[in-house]
Amino acid sequence: MTDRTTGPDQFTGATPDNALRDADRAEAASGPMLAADGTPLKKSLNRALRRQKMRALMLIAPLLIFILVAFIAPIADMLFRSVENQIVSETLPRTVDSLEDWDHTTGDLPSEGTFRALYVDMFIAAEKKEHTRLGTRLNYEQTGVSSLFRRTGRDVDDFGELYEDQFNDLDAAWEDPMTWARILGDPDWIAEAEGAEAPGPDFVLRDGVETALPTTAEVYSAFAEFTQTEDEDNPLEETPWTLVYTALYWDLMRDGFAYSGPESALVTAAAEAAPGFETVSMQENFVESDKDWGSTAVWSTIQTYAPEYTPGYFLNSVDAQLTPDGIEARPENEQIYGILFKRTIFMSMTITISCILLGYPVAWILANLPMRTANLLMILVLLPFWTSLLVRTSAWKVMLQQQGVINDILVWIGLVDDANRLIMINNQFGTIVAMTHILLPFMILPLYSVMATIPPTYLRAAKSLGANDWTAFWRVYFPQSVPGIGAGSILVFILAIGYYITPEIVGGTTGTFISNRIAYHISSSLNWGLAAALGSILLAAVLILYWAYDRIVGIDNVKLG
Amino acid sequence: MADTDSSDAFVAFERVQKSYDGETLVVKDLNLSMPKGEFLTMLGPSGSGKTTCLMMLAGFETATHGEIKLDGKPINNIPPHKRGIGMVFQNYALFPHMTVAENLAFPLEVRKIPKSEREEKVKRALDMVQMGAFGGRRPAQLSGGQQQRIALARALVFEPELVLMDEPLGALDKQLREHMQFEITNLAHSLGITTVYVTHDQTEALTMSDRVAVFDDGRIQQLAPPDQLYEAPQNSFVAQFIGENNTLIGTVKSIDGEFCKVQLEDGEVIDAKAVNIGEVGTKTQVSIRPERVEYNRERMAEGVHTLKAEVLEFIYMGDIFRTRLRVAGKDDFVIKTRNAPDQVRLKRGEQIEIGWLPSDCHALDA
Repeated sequence: MTDRTTGPDQFTGATPDNALRDADRAEAASGPMLAADGTPLKKSLNRALRRQKMRALMLIAPLLIFILVAFIAPIADMLFRSVENQIVSETLPRTVDSLEDWDHTTGDLPSEGTFRALYVDMFIAAEKKEHTRLGTRLNYEQTGVSSLFRRTGRDVDDFGELYEDQFNDLDAAWEDPMTWARILGDPDWIAEAEGAEAPGPDFVLRDGVETALPTTAEVYSAFAEFTQTEDEDNPLEETPWTLVYTALYWDLMRDGFAYSGPESALVTAAAEAAPGFETVSMQENFVESDKDWGSTAVWSTIQTYAPEYTPGYFLNSVDAQLTPDGIEARPENEQIYGILFKRTIFMSMTITISCILLGYPVAWILANLPMRTANLLMILVLLPFWTSLLVRTSAWKVMLQQQGVINDILVWIGLVDDANRLIMINNQFGTIVAMTHILLPFMILPLYSVMATIPPTYLRAAKSLGANDWTAFWRVYFPQSVPGIGAGSILVFILAIGYYITPEIVGGTTGTFISNRIAYHISSSLNWGLAAALGSILLAAVLILYWAYDRIVGIDNVKLG
Repeated sequence: MADTDSSDAFVAFERVQKSYDGETLVVKDLNLSMPKGEFLTMLGPSGSGKTTCLMMLAGFETATHGEIKLDGKPINNIPPHKRGIGMVFQNYALFPHMTVAENLAFPLEVRKIPKSEREEKVKRALDMVQMGAFGGRRPAQLSGGQQQRIALARALVFEPELVLMDEPLGALDKQLREHMQFEITNLAHSLGITTVYVTHDQTEALTMSDRVAVFDDGRIQQLAPPDQLYEAPQNSFVAQFIGENNTLIGTVKSIDGEFCKVQLEDGEVIDAKAVNIGEVGTKTQVSIRPERVEYNRERMAEGVHTLKAEVLEFIYMGDIFRTRLRVAGKDDFVIKTRNAPDQVRLKRGEQIEIGWLPSDCHALDA
């Protein structure tokens, strides 16, 4: 022992402190540390660790793949549906193209050309039975479109009969499927298809026919493909759709029509006769089928939702809508999602706070009792975990309903009049009570595991330093238990915000969450796009809250045990 | 620092008993009084009741019976935070969520001391333990020795008159521990604080304290300054517990005032100081310190009684030689000799004669 008064920095010799200081000094003096063979130490360390990392990766690979395939991919696919909108441009490709130049603000209907495009699209879609799906899709944006599409889908078959009859009257050869095949089909294909068993080889368009008869070629190809793939018939034996006759009429009436090729006599004769045909405008046909086609509303809806990707579902989820004039808020009486989101967040927070208030003292007791008693109490805490969620929720129904246990007791005691029994279920109160009970263990467990690591000496130290019981708790114990509160709150809040079953059972109309609405759109209204958009917003909200939490509390302060 | 009358004692335990389960007493009839400014160490094996005594003094345990007085006033019913006793805990108990300066300011804050004064006191306390530059750090960023200093500063910053330390150096390595022992005693004496120090490390107790209370079985076995404790143990427990010790079992043959004759098991009779023995014929344990045993005839005093011994083992330890002998049928008799130039180095199997002064040989309870 020396008499010299030494501070920590003068104290020499082999203490852990000095060893660290020496290491620091050595590094500062010589730059990066080098391994024995001269490579930087970090590099050779990384190399040594790589094998270990690879092995670790191999160990988790099965789970990783499983999660990717069974969890991440379906979720990503589902969320993608929130912006996906190919159905419009796939079902009505020509109409969408033709509508591009249309200006809805003039108040005029689209041109006859657009109606013709719609006729072609509608006819093909109706044959393929795709028009009702599109109608349903567009019905989300404008009510009535669904029935409009269904009705027109039925009528569209008749629109071309006029032309079919006139061609047939002109020359009976037009009734023969072979006439059409010879005009439009490749001779080699006809040779192959003739006599072949249905549906025969895939239809091949004759070279050059598109220039002379573009529309006819297009719709006949569609007809041939449909006949072969859907009906499994040979196009050589099937009379074409009335659409094909109409298309031929349009082609013949085109300026500068010229045709040379098989059946040129027949075609030329038809071309000469065509100007004398009785005609009808497609617009008339459509408006006759349903007068809604005569208003710009349907057309602007189709135009607005023509792009392959749309923000429409997301706008719907925030009580707005995409109109031809831009984004607009929905009328007040149709706004529900804003209220639902706010209610979901408010109720989740209330549940989280209730869980903290109820769970903190329990966790404290658990952490400070002798091991044996604490374990026994812990079983009581865990008991709800081992009981079915439905049973617990239904139990609350029994407890809280107007003829239920609690009301009966209150009436029996005389606190509540029999006529004015308390309404404690099918509202927010019921949801909060039931969910607080269900989620409480998720608060107690992380709180307990954090509290168990806080040595009781801290409280003693605080008291020995002059703090009374409350100050010692508030200034010394509580700050150290905050990581547990944080972990529990994140768990409870995130679980609560997406909870579905309990609010469904005890929530009534005022106590339901956004997740109930999502479930409704998934399983009842089948508006998956909207469900996906609502789900994406919910996910984003949770991530933002998580991020905010990380900024405020720090995620590394969260301890789960 | 001889016995102090309990009436002018600063800290006094009067007939204090403590039981946790209502069946066994962990502290049995404890009487202790300390004057102001004394550095008293409670030393004992674990479970001897020393920490319980400290906790009763701090207020974290209540005495089952008896009274504890601080500065003449009974404090049994005063809660810990009103006792104004500084305390250093075994694992320092520095609040991990506060900086060093905040830790030190805590006792001042709860005493509602104004901010400017607080800062000054914190700074002074940090300088006192030479940690002035560390105020902004968190306890986790400090080494064990530094945490120890901060814990000490925190216990002293509100200027308590009594400081309790519960094995404060237990977690430090040997070198640092020796250094801190010195610093703590220096600080305690220069500030004139009364200190109660609990440890199970006898070296710590001997080097630091004014007086040491040796605890065993819930009682104070001996309360004495370090030198008395070592050189004049009152009973065989203290003799065994403090330092290294050779024990020979025998029977009291005759008592002659301060001295007595003891017949060992192999029939040899030796002279010993009668410290704690019964009547003639009762059993006794004779205790001799290894460094007081001499085997070099030339160095032995005149008329010293000698015993035959056989060398079993010779260990060279640098500053001393440690030799294990077979004496009176027991083969764990150890002697220590200084490594002087003329010292004889014994060899295994050598037959020698050993002797000591009767005053160095204590006949104690068996």
